[in-house]
Amino acid sequence: MERAGRTIFSNVDWILISLYAILVILGWLNIYAAVFDEQHKNIFDITQQYGKQMIWIGAAVILAAIILLIDVKFYSAFSYILYGLGIISLIIVFIIGKEISGSRSWFQVGGFGVQPSEFVKFTTSLLLARYISTLHIDLQKTRHLMVALLIIFFPAALILLQNDTGSAIVFSAFMLVLFRFGMPLKYLLIPVAIVLLFLLSLMVDKLILTGIIALILIIPVIRFRRKISRKQVVAAILIALLGVGTVFTVDFVFHRVLEPHQRQRMEVLIGKETDLKGAGYNINQSLIAIGSGRLTGKGYLQGTQTKYDFVPEQSTDFIFCTVGEEWGFLGSLVVIALFVGLLVRIILVAERQRSIFSQAYGYGVACILLFHFAINIGMTLGLVPVIGIPLPFFSYGGSSLWAFTILLFIFIKLDASRYEFL
Amino acid sequence: MSRGFTARKYFILVLIAGIGSALLIRLFFIQVIADKYILSANNNVLRYITQYPARGFVYDRNGKLLVYNEAAYDLMVIPRQIRDFDTTGFCRLLGIDVQTFIEKVEKARKYSSYRPTIFFPQISKENYGFLEEKLFRFPGFYVQPRTLRKYPLAIAAHTVGYIGEVSPAMIERKPYYKSGDYIGISGIEKSYEEILRGKKGMKIRVVDVHNRDMGSFQEGKYDTLPVAGIGLWASLDADLQAYGELLMTNKKGSIVAIEPSSGEILALVTSPSYDPNLLVGQVRSRNYAMLARDTARIPLFNRALMAQYPPGSTFKIVNALIGLHEGILKPTTAFGCPGGFSLGSGKVVKCHAHFSPLQLKQSIQFSCNTYYCHAFRNIIDKGSRKSTRAGYEKWRKQVWDFGFGHKFETDLANELNGNIPSADYYDRFHGKNRWNSYSIISLAIGQGEIGVTPVQLANLCATIANRGFYYPPHIIRAIGKADSLNSKFLKKHVLNIEKEHFDLVVDAMEDVVLAGTATGARMDSISVCGKTGTAQNPHGKDHSIFIAFAPKDNPRIALCVIVENAGFGATWAAPIASLMIEKYLTRKIQRQDLETRMVEGNLLR
Repeated sequence: MERAGRTIFSNVDWILISLYAILVILGWLNIYAAVFDEQHKNIFDITQQYGKQMIWIGAAVILAAIILLIDVKFYSAFSYILYGLGIISLIIVFIIGKEISGSRSWFQVGGFGVQPSEFVKFTTSLLLARYISTLHIDLQKTRHLMVALLIIFFPAALILLQNDTGSAIVFSAFMLVLFRFGMPLKYLLIPVAIVLLFLLSLMVDKLILTGIIALILIIPVIRFRRKISRKQVVAAILIALLGVGTVFTVDFVFHRVLEPHQRQRMEVLIGKETDLKGAGYNINQSLIAIGSGRLTGKGYLQGTQTKYDFVPEQSTDFIFCTVGEEWGFLGSLVVIALFVGLLVRIILVAERQRSIFSQAYGYGVACILLFHFAINIGMTLGLVPVIGIPLPFFSYGGSSLWAFTILLFIFIKLDASRYEFL
Repeated sequence: MSRGFTARKYFILVLIAGIGSALLIRLFFIQVIADKYILSANNNVLRYITQYPARGFVYDRNGKLLVYNEAAYDLMVIPRQIRDFDTTGFCRLLGIDVQTFIEKVEKARKYSSYRPTIFFPQISKENYGFLEEKLFRFPGFYVQPRTLRKYPLAIAAHTVGYIGEVSPAMIERKPYYKSGDYIGISGIEKSYEEILRGKKGMKIRVVDVHNRDMGSFQEGKYDTLPVAGIGLWASLDADLQAYGELLMTNKKGSIVAIEPSSGEILALVTSPSYDPNLLVGQVRSRNYAMLARDTARIPLFNRALMAQYPPGSTFKIVNALIGLHEGILKPTTAFGCPGGFSLGSGKVVKCHAHFSPLQLKQSIQFSCNTYYCHAFRNIIDKGSRKSTRAGYEKWRKQVWDFGFGHKFETDLANELNGNIPSADYYDRFHGKNRWNSYSIISLAIGQGEIGVTPVQLANLCATIANRGFYYPPHIIRAIGKADSLNSKFLKKHVLNIEKEHFDLVVDAMEDVVLAGTATGARMDSISVCGKTGTAQNPHGKDHSIFIAFAPKDNPRIALCVIVENAGFGATWAAPIASLMIEKYLTRKIQRQDLETRMVEGNLLR
C-alpha cells in the first residue's frame, strides 16, 4: 500500500481540480461582464461584485487547502457532529437570521452574509454517506430507507420553513444517491410520476387524464387476469387511485398550498401565463439575452441585455445569460461540456473508491451539483420553473462558492486518501 | 452490499449526459435556429431616432419667397415609460380634457408601447417654451422639433399645394415614410416631394432597462445625417400671380399666363382660392373640412388645371390653322353669312350681326360662326375620301397635337385631360356610320362635347405667339440653384403647321383687339393679339373666355382668362387679360378705372 506523501497535493485528482479552477475563473469573468459598466472597469475593484468575488475565490482556495490538510478520518468520524451543527445553524438562523427577499436564511456577519443552507448540503452528504456505509445497512429494507430519508428531509424541512423553497428542493437530489446504493426503483419513479402528473393535470383536462390512467392500468389487469396475482391487482388499483387522487388534488395544491409567485412560475412554464412584463418577464428577458447570442455570441463585454440590466439577477441565478449572450452557442457548449465533464469525472472517481463512505459521498457531491446545474440552466432556458438556486462555481456569492468548494474538496481529499481506507 | 448495484452508475451517467444534451438542444433552438430573440434584444436596447431634414424652400422667378419653414414642436409619447403623474395639470398645460388624454395614450399604446408616437402635434414656439420647463415632471413625454410650412405671400395656394401626415396606405406603398411623417399632398409639394423633402437621418442610441441613454450604438457607425431638402425656383411671377388673384376677387374662373419662349407658367390663378396658411399645422384638418364643405364656391377645386370648358370661339383659330394647313382654306377663302348656318330641317347655327361675306382674317376678327361651319364641314368631309370617320380622326389628331385632350405630364399636380371625343364616342352616341359633319358641327365653333382646361387654352395661345411650337407648360424653372434651368421640360414641341399660317392668324388676332370683338383689351402702348370666346353653359350664364398674347413681336406673355357666368368673352375676360399683360410688361397699371371696375365686379351672387 502506498503511503500518502508529504504535500497536501499528493494523490489529488488533478482533472477535478483543473475543471474546478476553470469553472471558477470563467464564473468570475462572467460576473465581471454581467455587472460591467464604464465607470468601474477594474476587475479587481473590491467595491464591485467581481472584486468581491475575487476575494471569495481567494478565501475558497484557502478553504480548499485547509480541507486537504485535515486528516481524512475527520470527515467520517465527525459526520454526526457536523450534521448536528448544520441543523443547529438552521434553527438559529430561523431565530436571529436576516430576512432577505422573503426568506429568513441568512446570517449577517458584518457586511457579509452567510447562508447556512448552503453548508448543510455537505454535512448531509457526509452523514448520509456514513449511514449508507454502515455495515448492516440495506436500503432495500424499508426501515433503513426511512432513516436515510429522514437524514435528508430533516434539514430540507427546516430550510422549507425558512421559506427558501429552492434550496430545500435541492435535497431531493439525494434520492439518486439512495437509488445508487440499493433503494428500489419505484421510490424514485413514484415522486417523478407524481410531479409529471401534477404538471399534466395543469395542462390537460382532468377527466381525460383520469381516463388515460384507468386505461393504462385496467387494460393489462383484464388482459392478464389469469397470470397475475391478487396482490398485483391490488397494487395496480392502488396506483390508479394514487394517480387519480393526484389529478384531483392538483387544484387544491396549486391554489391553496403554492405561494402566488410559485403558481405564476408554474403557469409561465406551461405557457398559461404570458404576461411578459409581469411574471413572465424574467424568463422572457433571459431567453432574449441567450437567444440573441446566436452561434458565436456578441463578444466579451459586448452583451447589451445583461450589461444594461434587462436580465434580472444577472450575476447570481441568471449568470448563464451572460455566457449565452456574449459567447453564443459555442461558449454555452463549452460551459455545459465542462459541467458534464466534471460530473462524469466525479462519478468515475467515486466508482474507483474502495470505501463505501467515499463512494457514497462522491455520489452525494455529483447529485447535488447535477441538480443545481440542470435546474439553474434549465430555468434560464425556460425548461423548468424559476427556482432561485445558483449555478455552482459560476454564480456570484461567497456562501455558495465556499459551500460548493468544501463539498467538492472533501471528496478530492477522500479520493486522495483512498489507499488509506481498508 | 452496495457493490451489488454497480450497474446503476450507468443510469446516473446516462442521466447526466441526457440533461447535458437536453440543455444543448434547447440552446441550439433558441440561439441558432430562432431569430426572434435577436430582434427582441434590439428592441430592448436600440432606439432609432429620426433626424428630420428641413424641407426645401420655394421661390418665385424673381427670388421672392413663396414657401419656407417655421419651427414647431411635436410632443411625443412612449407609452411604456409613462409613470403616474399629475394628469390634470398635464391636460391643463396642453388645453385638452382628461378623456382626450386617455384616448390619445390608448391610441399610442395600440401602435406601440415602446416606440414614440406623436401625442400632440405642432406646438407653437411660444407654447413650447412654456411646456419645456415642466416636461421633466411627465415621464414618457418629450418634444421633437419639426418644421411647419409657411406661405408669406399667401398666394397660389393650389399651385404650391400643401403637406400633411402620410396615410397608412402610402406608408405601405412607400416604406421611406413612417407614421407621423409629412408628405406633399398637392401642387408643387406633391410633384417635387422627393426633392423638397430631403433625406431623413437616423441616430441609433443604446438605452438600458430604465431607458436611460447609454450612448450611441457602435460609436455611431450606423448613424446617418439628415440631408436638407433642395430649394425650388417656381416660374411664377409672384406680383403677377397676386395681381391675377386680386382681379379675380369674387369671380369664379382662372387665369393662366405662360412665357411662350420657355413654357414657364407665370401665373396660375384659380378663383375662388384660399389662404395656403390655413392648411398648415394643427388647424389643417379643421380648415380643410371647412373648405371642402363650401360646395357653392368649391375653393379647393383647382380650376386652372382641372376645370373643363368648351373653348368657344377661341377654338376657331385651331380650325382656321388646320384648314390652312390642309389647303382647304386659303387666306382669301370667303363665305357669306346670312346670320347663321343651316343644318337642314330648320336647325340653324346662329351668328351675330357683321358684314358679309368675309375672308379668313375677318372671320377671326369678327368671330363668324357660319364661316367656321363651312370650313369645318370641308375639313371633315374633304380630309379623307374614305369616310366621315376617317376625316374626323385626322382632324382630331391635329387638335391633339395642339396639346388638347391630354395632360402635359410635366410637373403640374392634378391636371386633367380635357376631352376631344373619339370617333368611337360618336359611334356609340349616333350609331356606327350614322353621323356626319353636320352631326358634330358644334365642334366648328368650339362648342359641344369638347372640353379644354384653362392651361391647355393658354398653351394654344403660347403656340400661336411662337408661330407654331410650344414648350410644355411647367411650374418649376430651376432646382437647387436659381440659375440652373430646369431642362427637363425644355423639349420643343413643333406643330406640323406652316409658320405663314400662324402669321396670318396672328394678324387677325391683332385686329380682334384693335377693331374686332375685343376692343376692351386694347392698349396704346402694347400691341395685344387676342381672341374672344364664349363657352355655352347649360347650367347658367355663359362663361367668358379670352386668350391673348403680347407684344405681337417677340411675345413675352401668353394667357388665357376664363370668367365663369360672365357672358361674352369681351365683357370680363378680355379686360382682365389686358390688365394682366399691362402688369407683367410695364409693372404699372395706367388704367386705374378699369382695374377698379374689374376688381370690384362681383359675379358670385
